[in-house]
Amino acid sequence: MEHIKNIIESLLLVADEPLSVDRINSIVDQAEKKEIKNALEELASEYENRNGGFFLREVAGGYQIRTRPEYREWIKRLIQPKPIRLSKAALETLAIIAYKQPIIRNDIEHIRGVNCGGILHMLLERKLVRVLGRKAIPGRPLVYATTKQFLEVFELKNLEDLPTPGEISELGDSAPENKA
Amino acid sequence: MQEDIYKVRIENIFEGPMDLLVHLIKKHEMDIYDIPIALITEQYLKYLEWMKSINIDIAGDFILMASTLTKIKSKMLLPIHGEEDDDEDPRLEIVKPLEEYLRIRSAADELASRNLLGEDTFVRNPHQENLSVDQDDEIIKVGLFELIDAFQKILEKISVQRGVNIFTADTISVRDRIAQLIEIFETKKSVTFNDLFYNNVDKSEVVVTFLAILEMVRLSLITIVQNTQTGIIRLFYL
Repeated sequence: MEHIKNIIESLLLVADEPLSVDRINSIVDQAEKKEIKNALEELASEYENRNGGFFLREVAGGYQIRTRPEYREWIKRLIQPKPIRLSKAALETLAIIAYKQPIIRNDIEHIRGVNCGGILHMLLERKLVRVLGRKAIPGRPLVYATTKQFLEVFELKNLEDLPTPGEISELGDSAPENKA
Repeated sequence: MQEDIYKVRIENIFEGPMDLLVHLIKKHEMDIYDIPIALITEQYLKYLEWMKSINIDIAGDFILMASTLTKIKSKMLLPIHGEEDDDEDPRLEIVKPLEEYLRIRSAADELASRNLLGEDTFVRNPHQENLSVDQDDEIIKVGLFELIDAFQKILEKISVQRGVNIFTADTISVRDRIAQLIEIFETKKSVTFNDLFYNNVDKSEVVVTFLAILEMVRLSLITIVQNTQTGIIRLFYL
């Protein structure tokens, strides 16, 4: 199809969320998925070669134009984003949910050895975590999982894209870290 | 070693017993697969004392860990009877959770080091958080009775269309239906009440869908509003 790359580029510029190949396909229905995929890859490598202010990232099952991290400080002068900084405790809780989902609160707390009600609430509020339902065990506890927003914020294609947790890098028997 | 314990800076206040344990293991350069249990128990208890002395409330979690450590320590002291392979190293009780916790910590570090949206990388049109309803549309929050009315209508439509299906092979649980609905909401953010029943051809499925919606409202996953003009009921993902 003619101009397919330009069409997709224009869609990417306007879209307010990552565009999946299917979504693009439903808009540009004359094109084949393969064509769309190729065009996206071409765009990605064009942006890469140009090495400009933004790149094309595959996140949350779609594609999105994002600014390069090198220019974050400048952007923060332009807009004041709501800080998304998560505390160490929040990150740990999120990591547990991400890797072990679906998971109930009790199991999360078991791993961290500490209550995490407040943190869970905050993660739910920020839509990084969602309630999937209830587990059919006594007490019918809520079951938690991560959201699409989580994938978007952490620049992950999907859940399989989560980095493999490193083998106890911190305290391996081979090389103990010398940090007082 | 005695005075070491007082050198701990304030930012090292540990959030949980695991944190503290990891800190002590690191500080004494222990191998987590061969923890000198007597030493770590002693250190751990000293630390609790210290926390008490500066008036930090010690949560039950810390005490629980202390008792676990003490238990392991005393188990280690007991002579082993019976078959040799029967008893595993009592320290495993603490090593396994430690391993798990360390894996999670490294995973958390990995996550933090990524290019975070809104922190390191930005998009042109950040998500609109609010419900995307036209300002002009006057909407009201729907009560249970309006919902039941709408539900009745859908049920009537079915009996006209299909009659009653007595036997259905595949039934879906409310929980599974919730999961499906969440998928829909994740992509669409909002749908009309009727849309959700569009594909439900048999009565039991309609009932399950309805129950799923009620449950989701209860869990505050969605909110339901009705347009005063058109009467269309819309569900929004929160």
